[in-house]
Parts: sequence; structure tokens; C-alpha cells
Amino acid sequence: MALDAATIEKLIKAGLPDARITIEALVDDDNHWSAHVVSSAFKGKSRVQQHQMVYRALGSRMGNELHALALQTSAPEE
Amino acid sequence: MSDTATTAADRIKQEISENPVLLYMKGTPVFPQCGFSARVVQILTTLGVKFKGVDVLADPAIRQGVKDFSNWPTIPQLYVKGEFVGGCDIVSEMFESGELKQVFADKGVPTRG
Repeated sequence: MALDAATIEKLIKAGLPDARITIEALVDDDNHWSAHVVSSAFKGKSRVQQHQMVYRALGSRMGNELHALALQTSAPEE
Repeated sequence: MSDTATTAADRIKQEISENPVLLYMKGTPVFPQCGFSARVVQILTTLGVKFKGVDVLADPAIRQGVKDFSNWPTIPQLYVKGEFVGGCDIVSEMFESGELKQVFADKGVPTRG
């Protein structure tokens, strides 16, 4: 099983509606992705908490259908 | 919660309290079996940090247990002095910015150089 970029983006957006998301393929196998997520919801949160918020949006898929998602998260700059 | 889950959580608590730097990983430090685990091993080795690796592939209860314990869906997971630092992406980011070395310094874990 694999997830395409549009699905990943949709899932993250559902959890973090204001997120700006850039997704790139690390390998052309629909299974190794890199995502940069910028959301105001990340303000004041630690990196671990920011990634947990993205993982929560992806639900049980992370680590299952979605084997690898390299994550970079940040709050928008003022 | 089943007995298995309780046992796994208890074992994880014990492991992270007994080992100042503990890496839950796929494979062993000498023979990592996943690129992300290999990356964290490489970072810790580069910093000259002494750590213990726990191979989650050898123990399905720990493999699931540590994901539940940390509320983190992926392996590897790095613990320093009982505190969850992050997975491969965060550890890499912190290594590149120099923050990781600072974390070890703040927590009294010796690094090389």
C-alpha cells in the first residue's frame, strides 16, 4: 500500500487547515515522501509536538501505508 | 490495557531510566536495517556519544509499545536521560544546527571534542 502526494496533503490539511505544505518524492515509489509543513498552529510548540500534530492528522497511516515521510515543520515567520 | 502492553511500557520505562542515551531502532548499531535508523546511529557515532541500541525488529511488543509510549508512529526514536528527543528528522535537524550537541552537554552526556 502507498499514499500519493495529494492524499497526504489532504490529510494534513484536514488536521491543520491553515497549513502550507510542500511535498516532494524522495524515491519514485509513492512510499518515500518529504513534507515541509508551515502552520500557525505550530507557534510556541516544540519540534516533537509539531511533528506529533502532523502525525495525528495522518492517523494510523503513518508507519503503515505511509512508510517514510521526512518531516520538516515550522510556524510562519512574523 | 492488556498485560503485554503494560509489560512493554514498564520495560521501556526501565530501559530509558537505566541508559542515558537509548536508541530504539531497526537492526543493531553495527548492522542497522533501515536507512533512518542508520542515519541516527551515524550522527551519534560522529558526536562520539556512547549509546545503547534496542532492536525493535527483535521484539514486536517493544516495537508497538514504544510507539504508544512516545506517541510517535515511527522508528527510530532517541531518548536522552529519559526524555524523548525525536525521530530521524528532528535528530538530523538538531545535529546540523548544533542543538543536539548542546542537548548532550546540558544533560551531562559526554561527546567527543
